[in-house]
Amino acid sequence: MTTTTRTELLPVRQESDIVMVRQAVRAWSLEARLSLVDLTKMVTAASELARNTLSYGGGGTARLELLQDGGRAGLRVTFEDQGPGIPDIERAMQDGYTSGSGLGLGLGGAKRLVNEFDIRSVPGKGTTVTIARWR
Amino acid sequence: MTERIPILRMGQFLLVTIQVDMHDRLAMTLQDDLTEAITRTGARGVLIDISSLDIVDSFIGRMLANIAAMSRILDAQTVVTGMQPAVAITLVELGLELPGVRTALDVDRGMTLLRRAIAEESGTHATSDDEGRDDDDDAN
Repeated sequence: MTTTTRTELLPVRQESDIVMVRQAVRAWSLEARLSLVDLTKMVTAASELARNTLSYGGGGTARLELLQDGGRAGLRVTFEDQGPGIPDIERAMQDGYTSGSGLGLGLGGAKRLVNEFDIRSVPGKGTTVTIARWR
Repeated sequence: MTERIPILRMGQFLLVTIQVDMHDRLAMTLQDDLTEAITRTGARGVLIDISSLDIVDSFIGRMLANIAAMSRILDAQTVVTGMQPAVAITLVELGLELPGVRTALDVDRGMTLLRRAIAEESGTHATSDDEGRDDDDDAN
């Protein structure tokens, strides 16, 4: 059974918050004792998603959770915004798809970098993206 | 708000070492500053050391690709040095291939690469000069 041993909610309201999220995810990945490569992947995925929250979602939050499952430690990060939502998630997950000025690697790329990936979006209500990486 | 990444000039080269976790606007400022510096100094080579960077996400990756493309148009070569192995692995899985960006393992090799690239270009010019001289010889 997965239990959450610690949680923290960070704002994603301005560009400097993306840096704060990166640094927090880095620190928590070290606590979850992720390998250097896994830590780098997790921080990179979080950076992509935090930027999405800000650019497309109009700002929101990032919730960090330190996880324990038996002897396994992990880290989960949930990005939530109350923005316009994503009408076609399948299309948004494809490489090269972008509704803004990005490279269109954000969602699909972030998914490849983590163990667990979940996205829920309701047009007009907002988007929630959850990623997790286990040791 | 005047936060900037310093650009050092050394002969015909511009050297940049990124040692902070850049927010997006700082990365854009560096891109603008570098293109301006190439034009102002007539630099032939740009070396960007990223050995202190823990991650390169799609935004920073795009900045590096943009700098390489812009400097090429301005007749300068760009090399990115010191990428950490974990960063390289992550970039490939992210799907970011940094098109047109030359890389080297460290600053030393990066400078060698730049010098060679510039010498090759000058070499081509030297050859046409030689041909010019041959023509003169023929005239005599």
